[in-house]
Amino acid sequence: MIISEKSIELHIEDDILIARKVARQEMADIGFGSADQTRMATAISELTRNVIKYAGHGVCHIITESTPSEIVIKVEIEDYGPGIDDINKAMEDGYTTGGGLGAGLPGAKRLVNDLSIESRPGLTKINLEMTRPNV
Amino acid sequence: MQIPILKLKNILLTSIQSDMTDDDALKYQSDVVSYLEKSDAKGLIIDITAMDIVDSFMARVINETARMARLMGAKVVLCGMQPMVALTLVEMGRELIGVETALNLDKGFDKLLEMITEGVDDH
Repeated sequence: MIISEKSIELHIEDDILIARKVARQEMADIGFGSADQTRMATAISELTRNVIKYAGHGVCHIITESTPSEIVIKVEIEDYGPGIDDINKAMEDGYTTGGGLGAGLPGAKRLVNDLSIESRPGLTKINLEMTRPNV
Repeated sequence: MQIPILKLKNILLTSIQSDMTDDDALKYQSDVVSYLEKSDAKGLIIDITAMDIVDSFMARVINETARMARLMGAKVVLCGMQPMVALTLVEMGRELIGVETALNLDKGFDKLLEMITEGVDDH
């Protein structure tokens, strides 16, 4: 099994671009197609923007694994901000506390098979995962 | 990063690059509307050929820029959307509602000229 891990500190808007670029490259390296690369990079863009906007700073960990049978990308985005008050509400289309359209989190969930959120004041972790057969 | 706004006859031509921060996007939006006022252009082409990611924020900026330009009396065509971008926007449940689109710059230009000469109502 080949494992690669990259961590991107999230402080400023430029870091959003870096995180999604790194994810796309890491995915391409182990054979994810361009549709999946775009899905994941777009989801990362939505979620890292939330970190910059609501928490100020955080980290995006990108882990890729390649075995003879499958390729996997796991992304963990964590921040140390105030946390998400009501996760169920935050997953609803159109719900926003920041003046946006409320499309970020529910949009990201639709793009990625697997999205989970843990949140309390001071620590929010969002995990994304995508697995495909290694062909 | 400054997005160039080119004037070709009575049309404004802009091509958005992928690596644009949120601040760049908002700056682009206000640049377009102020250039529109100064230039007396009748149409605006927003080319997104170079964008490999359009998230909900960028979708909103593009949508709003088109609406602003229309409020000022210009016709607007969005062109060059990459297939994977179209795919993610639809999957996310976002659409660029009310923006006329074309496959590429060539077709976008034709469409815009048609809309200007015929005074077609693009919503």
